[in-house]
Amino acid sequence: MGKDTVSVVRQACKKFDHEGSRILDILREVQKRLACVSGETMDLLAAELSTHRIEIEGLVSFYSFFSENRKGKIIIRLCDDIIDRFAGIERVAKVFSEELGIGIGETSSDWNFSLEFTPCIGMSDQAPAALINETVVTKLTPESAGVIARSLKKNLDTSALVKKKGDGNNADRLVNAMVENNIRKKGEVLLGDNVRAEAGLRKALKKKPEEVIQEVLDSGLRGRGGAGFSTGLKWSLARKAKDARRFVICNADEGEPGTFKDRVLLTERADLIFEGMTIAAYAIGGTSGIVYLRAEYEYLLPYLERVLARRRKAGLLGKNIGGEKGFAFDIRIQLGGGAYICGEESALISSCEGLRGEPKTRPPFPVERGFLGHPTIVNNVETFCCAARILDGGPRWFAAMGTAKSSGTKLLSVSGDCAKPGIYEVPFGIRVADVLDMAGADDPTIVQVGGASGEMLNRGSFYRKICFEDLSTGGSFMTFNSSRNMLKIVDYFLEFFIHESCGYCTPCRVGNVFLRERIQKIMEGYAVKADLDYLKDLSRTIMMTSRCGLGNTSPRPVLSSIDQFPVVYASLLGEGGEGLEAGFSIQKALEESRRIAKRSSMIYDPVYGGSSD
Amino acid sequence: MKKRLATVSLAGCFGCHMSFLDIDERILDLMKLVQFDRSPLNDFKKFKKRCDIGLIEGGCCNEENVHTLREFRKNCDVLVAIGQCAIMGGLPVMRNAIMHAEDPLRECLDTAYLNSPTVFNASNDIPNDPALPLLLDKVYTCAEVVKVDYQIPGCPPSGDTFWLAMTFLLKGTAADLPYELIKYD
Ligand SMILES: Cc1cc2nc3c(=O)[nH]c(=O)nc-3n(C[C@H](O)[C@H](O)[C@H](O)COP(=O)(O)O)c2cc1C
Ligand code: SF4
Repeated sequence: MGKDTVSVVRQACKKFDHEGSRILDILREVQKRLACVSGETMDLLAAELSTHRIEIEGLVSFYSFFSENRKGKIIIRLCDDIIDRFAGIERVAKVFSEELGIGIGETSSDWNFSLEFTPCIGMSDQAPAALINETVVTKLTPESAGVIARSLKKNLDTSALVKKKGDGNNADRLVNAMVENNIRKKGEVLLGDNVRAEAGLRKALKKKPEEVIQEVLDSGLRGRGGAGFSTGLKWSLARKAKDARRFVICNADEGEPGTFKDRVLLTERADLIFEGMTIAAYAIGGTSGIVYLRAEYEYLLPYLERVLARRRKAGLLGKNIGGEKGFAFDIRIQLGGGAYICGEESALISSCEGLRGEPKTRPPFPVERGFLGHPTIVNNVETFCCAARILDGGPRWFAAMGTAKSSGTKLLSVSGDCAKPGIYEVPFGIRVADVLDMAGADDPTIVQVGGASGEMLNRGSFYRKICFEDLSTGGSFMTFNSSRNMLKIVDYFLEFFIHESCGYCTPCRVGNVFLRERIQKIMEGYAVKADLDYLKDLSRTIMMTSRCGLGNTSPRPVLSSIDQFPVVYASLLGEGGEGLEAGFSIQKALEESRRIAKRSSMIYDPVYGGSSD
Repeated sequence: MKKRLATVSLAGCFGCHMSFLDIDERILDLMKLVQFDRSPLNDFKKFKKRCDIGLIEGGCCNEENVHTLREFRKNCDVLVAIGQCAIMGGLPVMRNAIMHAEDPLRECLDTAYLNSPTVFNASNDIPNDPALPLLLDKVYTCAEVVKVDYQIPGCPPSGDTFWLAMTFLLKGTAADLPYELIKYD
């Protein structure tokens, strides 16, 4: 074992005070410096942190940003989202692969490069995209991929890849990204120019905490992360829970395929997010805050840290905030490890605690016993922004926008086959057709609202409205034209869920695999009508018997596509005839055997003169 | 007129057929009602006439199984899958667990004939006589290959189960098997 390894491990542990709940940060540090967390390193870490190797191993194997095998100095993670696939990520992958001389999942022999696929990195509006270490590269083409690969071979510095900086704060020295915000429509609440700095916080501090909660309740604000739980109610429950410590967590994990609106808020509205969190802390009596930032957005970390530092200096964080005696609150940023399930609030809490990102059994709910057993509210980035704006503009102003049960505006992340992909701030209740018009979608044929766990719509359903009463969404809105294969989309979503299931519940871990097998059977043309019944039946079982929202919703693309595109399915189903099952093809079943035995069939290959099939 | 009955064992162990014979002397009563056509019990290899009932033991692991099963479907009015192997694949289906391997069939053959600790195979040959039926890529249940009318569960179904099921089948209705006959723990 190298002396190096020992000192890296010691330093990393020391940096985070040997704190068990900070183990994710420790692992990240080690992974960065040693390019892996090997078995030996795990032993060292376990000894250093007084835990067991199996605990460390559990973490390293769970989070995709950690690896037991040594990786290259530069890890190229190609976004393998369905949008990126349709935008040509395969061709880009081929170029990287040829230029660097390694296949997907491989590391070059000089330990300089690793090439991987990764699920949606939140750049669907500028697909195909990739992460090169922390640096984001967007709108890739086979040509630009070649340029990037060759430049990296000469110089391993990834920041040199950013030739042209994006708009707004993307051009900030600390962000330094080629990412574009693509803000297409500004609304009154979040992206407009009327957002006044700290106005909400100042007004909140003049009120009693109960009054702040009442305002949020009156505004009708519902969570923007997807589930739409009443924010005011969540806050009041947390306030009522008896404990000396309460936590405010901001969910910036944004992992739902096709969602990227939190990325834009984090870039352009960082202060508003922290302001909202501070208001929440004041309202519930919160003592500390955590922003759980997805690992893919690490490029925003230095910038966000600077904003936090500035707020501390300005007395907006720390002790006696805004001059309010006794109100102390601070925020730290926790980086994730590349796992979609960590967006689920109880899994997110597990992850903040330094555990595998597995959902917890409820009750108790986080508002009673959350982070480290203390009452905790988890809200989406956008929710906190809305809360801050409500305190400024007043609940009535907010409730006047949107529909009866979905007040305010919503950020939609529009991607796919349209002229203007990007962020649209629209009032709740807007019709799908209107969004398509705004985005300049020509020939929209399939629309997926709400990401992988959302709903698939056909043309006849474009009159439907985006709001919690009808189509709820965390923001993902993907549009596909008539050249796209509907089943490929469904197949991709299932692949995504299979990859991202935490594996705790059998129906979710295994059921999604079976769903995908049937979908593929349909695509290959071997399915019969009974297969559709099987899909529906199994979907119900998975949704009913899974522990968390992932399994509760993962079959939705299957069910909604069967409902919306019955003709596509029907055209692919076969008929058995003469008592035979169409799903079985003897020719296909024999292919492998023929190859291995190097001979043909006595019965089914006509050459031998047997009866044929 | 007597009903015509055909039986066959595909990828099974003949256990179901043995168990069938556990109806003991009741077989004399059965013979008053049925005429055996193609079956290993009388060693008739081909169908003589169209049959009323076909009993299938075992699933399909090779091309000959598929061929035979399809013959049965073609020649029998009512097709009954008997036992775990016919219904779910049984022991042979365990090889489907390596389906996700790079080259599953090769792995299966290598394990069976070359790599298992108990194998002695000095010539390192994997049997490949042209007369041997080709293996399928995986093991299929009967219902995956042809339409199956009834299934009689058990590994094997007991003689009493066979008896009762036959009684119902000859009446032309689905058997309502009592709990004791289909409880296995
Ligand atoms: C599998 C899964 C992934 C989720 N991912 C996110 C996410 O990335 N961001 C988010 O805000 N909420 C996500 N959620 C919803 C959270 O569990 C939780 O409802 C939300 O953070 C609460 O905040 P809100 O009330 O402000 O929406 C996810 C839920 C599930 C089941
Ligand atoms: S439903 Fe899936 S992701 Fe959720 S806890 Fe169960 S196995 Fe994990």
